[in-house]
Amino acid sequence: MAALIETRELAKEYVMGTNHVRALRGVSVSIDAGAFVAIMGPSGSGKSTFMNLLGCLDSPSAGDYFLAGDNVARLTGDALAAIRNRRIGFVFQQFNLLARTSALENVQLPLLYAGASAEERRTRAEERLREVGLGDRMDHHPAQLSGGQQQRVAIARALVNDPLLILADEPTGALDTVTSVELMALLQALNRAGKTIVVVTHEHDIAAFASRIITFRDGHVLEDRANAARDAAQLLTTLVREEEAPA
Amino acid sequence: MTLSAILRIALNALRVNKLRSMLTMLGIIIGVAAVITMIAVGRGAQARVQEQIKSLGSNLMILIPGSTTSSGVRLGAGALQTLTEDDAWAIQRDIPEIQAAAPVIQGSAQLIAGNVNWSTRLYGVSPEYFEAREWTISSGRLFDASDMSGAPKIAVIGQTTAQQLFGDEDPVDQVIRVRNVPVTIVGLLARKGQSMLGQDQDDAIFMPIATARNRVLGQTQGRLRRVGSISIKVRPGADMKFAEERVRELMRQRHRLQAGQEDSFTIRNLTEILQAQEASSRVMTLLLAAVASVSLLVGGIGIMNIMLVSVTERTREIGLRMAVGARAKDILKQFLVEAVTLSLIGGLIGVALGLAGSLAVGQLSGWRITLSAGSIVLAVGFAAAIGVFFGYYPARKASRLLPIEALRYE
Repeated sequence: MAALIETRELAKEYVMGTNHVRALRGVSVSIDAGAFVAIMGPSGSGKSTFMNLLGCLDSPSAGDYFLAGDNVARLTGDALAAIRNRRIGFVFQQFNLLARTSALENVQLPLLYAGASAEERRTRAEERLREVGLGDRMDHHPAQLSGGQQQRVAIARALVNDPLLILADEPTGALDTVTSVELMALLQALNRAGKTIVVVTHEHDIAAFASRIITFRDGHVLEDRANAARDAAQLLTTLVREEEAPA
Repeated sequence: MTLSAILRIALNALRVNKLRSMLTMLGIIIGVAAVITMIAVGRGAQARVQEQIKSLGSNLMILIPGSTTSSGVRLGAGALQTLTEDDAWAIQRDIPEIQAAAPVIQGSAQLIAGNVNWSTRLYGVSPEYFEAREWTISSGRLFDASDMSGAPKIAVIGQTTAQQLFGDEDPVDQVIRVRNVPVTIVGLLARKGQSMLGQDQDDAIFMPIATARNRVLGQTQGRLRRVGSISIKVRPGADMKFAEERVRELMRQRHRLQAGQEDSFTIRNLTEILQAQEASSRVMTLLLAAVASVSLLVGGIGIMNIMLVSVTERTREIGLRMAVGARAKDILKQFLVEAVTLSLIGGLIGVALGLAGSLAVGQLSGWRITLSAGSIVLAVGFAAAIGVFFGYYPARKASRLLPIEALRYE
């Protein structure tokens, strides 16, 4: 399978006051289309920087980044915005939904910047919300939804423009165990349907659901191994059974 | 992204913070309302003065006798009857800048029509008087040159006098008694309204000057035919100051005044006085509008302040919008539209308030109010411009945020 993501000697340096921080020191990684990758590492390892570069939220200091064959490392401003809009879907730890705005309108947001018509925005957003199991909560505001539901709205938003890549930054960081597993089951289902998924996490339990785990340390790739992924959906049934048992 | 979509986002953002939006708009509301009210009041004052100029007759000067000093006692203006009918004819004949010069004598008279009587001012005039005052007839006729010889017993009367004597009946061809002299009314004058001193100009009776002098007022019938004043109309386009000097020269010559000797007459340039008044009321309007626009400016600064707060508060929202594909110009547009929407809504409320305020001021003070579409367009346009001007900086600040930093902002 062709590589969806290929980085060559990707590097990023910051200037923090008088300090030069070399957050990423030449990372070459290739991720195939349809992969489910977990990126791990302690804080300061460079995994978040790598994630920001993969997501075209930031530009590298050196190196190349090919996304679906195009080198996007030298792109700036509007060109990066267009790539984020069309090719990448983001899921954040804090959900980052717009407050006092319905789930439906939150999901429509990327389509708004893609220039879709009001009607198209609506139908596609409704479709995605039904896919993540929130067909009956489209008019709810984030404050009226549970954490797991909010994160599912965020996933619907990430999917709505039909991107090549879903980037999830600590997607379960604000969720309890069962809800976390539910969410991973949803991501696995999306992966089986063909989406390429990259999850940044520091929890081994979460990384275990990926089929490949890349570990960062001090701006380098420390380890890159295949992983026999746990099936989240299956785990969920046992978890639910366990919860019900004492009751 | 379409404008309607941006507008919806903006309205939504403003609705979320209703109280804050209202308070922010308040500055613009007050500013626009103040500008509109002030201009309405100022324009009203201007219009009143302009109307007075019109009713006076444009380019009008009045020549009145001067004062005299008799054994050290100075008498007031008009104490000396130095002007004559011949002065009036000479002015008209010899000075090309003068369109009409009308001798006037005045007194008061008791009028009797049937069983009704009414006391009013009586003027003896020549036909040029009506020309000078730009006073037209509403029915009947004015005097003509033939009425100037032989002192015919005719008169024209003003609207108020006609109303008092005849009610709504047509006074033309009626015979009334003026100080017991039977006089036929030949004309009814058009309504003229109040003079600049508040006098009802329509309460008067006019007779040919000879009739008034010889038959009614009974003044000296001397060879000189003295008059109380001479109304002078300068030709349109001629310089008032220059014409005034020509009249002064001619009069000094006719009255044989030595160089250095005081004038034996006074020239009152009424139009000029009114024009000065108009100019000052125009300056007043400008001043009021300028003061009011300062509050608009302050309102604009309020908008900038709140927009800056809003940008800071919504940094994460901006980061998210950028992450899902908003370009810098999308963010710029969003915040700019929000600021302009604030100022425009404020402007429209201000217009409503300004109109109501103008009418209220008119009602309460009795001042004349002139509302103009121009001032409304100006105020709203100014408000929108303020929205753009003061909204641009915060909007640009928002659009220049870096996505990763904005997303991470706590």
